[in-house]
Amino acid sequence: MIANRERFYYFIYLHRTGLTVAALSTVLLVWPLIESNPYNLGLSNLIAIYAMVVLGLNLFVGYAGQISLGHAAFFAIGAYGSAIGTTTLGGPAWLVMVAVALATALVALAVGVPALKLSGHYLAMATLGFNIVVYTILVQWDAVTGGPSGFSGIPFLRIGPLALDSEIRLHYLVWTFTMLSLLLCLNLVRSGVGRGLAALAEDEAAAAVLGVDTRRAKVKVFVLSAVLAALAGSLFAHCYAFVSPDSFDIFVSVDFVIMVVVGGMGSVWGTLFGTALITLLPEWIEALERFKDIIHGLILVLILLFLPQGLVTGLVDAVRRRIALRHHHA
Amino acid sequence: MAGFQDLLQFVFAGITSGAIYALIALGFCVVHKTIGIVNFTQVDFVSLGGMFLFSGLFWSGLPMLAALPCAVAAVTGVGLVVEYLGIRPSRSQHHLVLIFLTIGISIILRGTMKLVWGKNRMAVPPLLGEEPLRIAGATILPQAVAILVVTALAIGLLIFFFRGTRLGLCMRAVASNQAAAEVVGIPVGRIRAASFALAGGLGGLAGVLVTPITTLSYDVGVLLGLKGFAAAILGGFGSFPGAVLGGVLLGLLESLAAGYWSSAYKDVAAFVVLLLVLFVRPKGLLGR
Repeated sequence: MIANRERFYYFIYLHRTGLTVAALSTVLLVWPLIESNPYNLGLSNLIAIYAMVVLGLNLFVGYAGQISLGHAAFFAIGAYGSAIGTTTLGGPAWLVMVAVALATALVALAVGVPALKLSGHYLAMATLGFNIVVYTILVQWDAVTGGPSGFSGIPFLRIGPLALDSEIRLHYLVWTFTMLSLLLCLNLVRSGVGRGLAALAEDEAAAAVLGVDTRRAKVKVFVLSAVLAALAGSLFAHCYAFVSPDSFDIFVSVDFVIMVVVGGMGSVWGTLFGTALITLLPEWIEALERFKDIIHGLILVLILLFLPQGLVTGLVDAVRRRIALRHHHA
Repeated sequence: MAGFQDLLQFVFAGITSGAIYALIALGFCVVHKTIGIVNFTQVDFVSLGGMFLFSGLFWSGLPMLAALPCAVAAVTGVGLVVEYLGIRPSRSQHHLVLIFLTIGISIILRGTMKLVWGKNRMAVPPLLGEEPLRIAGATILPQAVAILVVTALAIGLLIFFFRGTRLGLCMRAVASNQAAAEVVGIPVGRIRAASFALAGGLGGLAGVLVTPITTLSYDVGVLLGLKGFAAAILGGFGSFPGAVLGGVLLGLLESLAAGYWSSAYKDVAAFVVLLLVLFVRPKGLLGR
């Protein structure tokens, strides 16, 4: 009897990742049946889109130990690429999405290769500069991008005859993408590449000695995260049918970084939590509009000061430590 | 002749903004040298300098000559407080954590400035008069002259500080080898705090000098500060002569791009050249 129970617990422990993914997928499948308010569904869709960007960024920050302050620019390339590709050029939406993602990979290579040659924080500058360049072009080149007032009339995505035009249909679209990205990241961090990256984040010299091609690994993750951001951008454009430069300035890049930190650097599950918390926060503290920035900053600072592994990982670690200590004393 | 006058005009403008970038870049370098991080609150030190000058002039009714040093001193104090409350208590000394901390503090500082001084743009009067001077057909504002003179003085003082004073020498010791500095009894914690204070002073000085030209708002420092960061990288991050050179080059580049190409895209020109320089010479012009 006891052996059976132990075996059951062991089964759960062994398959904890798969079971959590399955549980989350089930919740997401039935969620639109429970929640019919389009505003709330819109919010959860936005969380899904941001989560895709932040998943990639978290791999880069948490596993490659580097800072990117320009992921909003890759997000912008995805969004405006899809907008211009489908509307001005009249291309088929899915094909444009893939083409834009490939183009973003090339851009990320061009930015990442020189900046990642060195250790240190050159990439922070390169990505920040890149974000400012992209933002300025979005605002100034109004013949193509629509300028500061934005770009409207982007068509919805279609699967055969089915137009993905309501919040519920968009829910299934964006969460499918996000769950696939989540699976990709979960598998990646447990693969040889992921272990190499984790070693790299911990100690670059040690990782290099153990045979991890650190520079290559960093560039690869950077490109992967840029492609995820671009795909998320394409989805963003097709979901809202409208994009404007305000969604892509450097402060949005900073918000992505905050989501990574709140969820925990290097924690794939924490990413979902951090993204949800920071996306929903403005809704909850609407009454404190004047203090919004200060609260945002305070959350980031307090978490970094006291739980530098992030809220989820930090609290889980604290509980585990408590339990271990109790066992020890007993 | 008109072509030459234009060129001269652009060069004046470029060197003026270059001097500001150089001051900000020096602030970035000081903290990078002692702690090894990018201090993003540098950006807000610039805005704060302008804000304190504005308050000194119009809220307390101080004369310009008194308000200016008071504003710089106040930002120096803010630098100390930032280090003491924001960086020092950190449980982790990991660079990523410290850099993200400065980003968080920067958001808090901007939020606070928005609360205290509001979101509106404000005007700060210039240090000297407003009558433009004419040199070889080009005009130059007295404020630009003030910027150049004060920046040159500040750089001179900084050289003296790092070579001739005890605190400056201690800072250089910590920069070159922190463990060794600790062993010979240099209080590293206090030196780190001092580096933040110095960075605050440099940022604040840039702020009080530049806001009469740019107008003042809570986020005026963001773009200026990021260009200061770019200048520091361009010159070779951590190199003081590199920071000055990088600042002046970036200023010139920007004003020539604005003059001969398009003023809307001058930031694009500046950052694209920065990316190209990083591509060819990733350590910056004077970096080692």
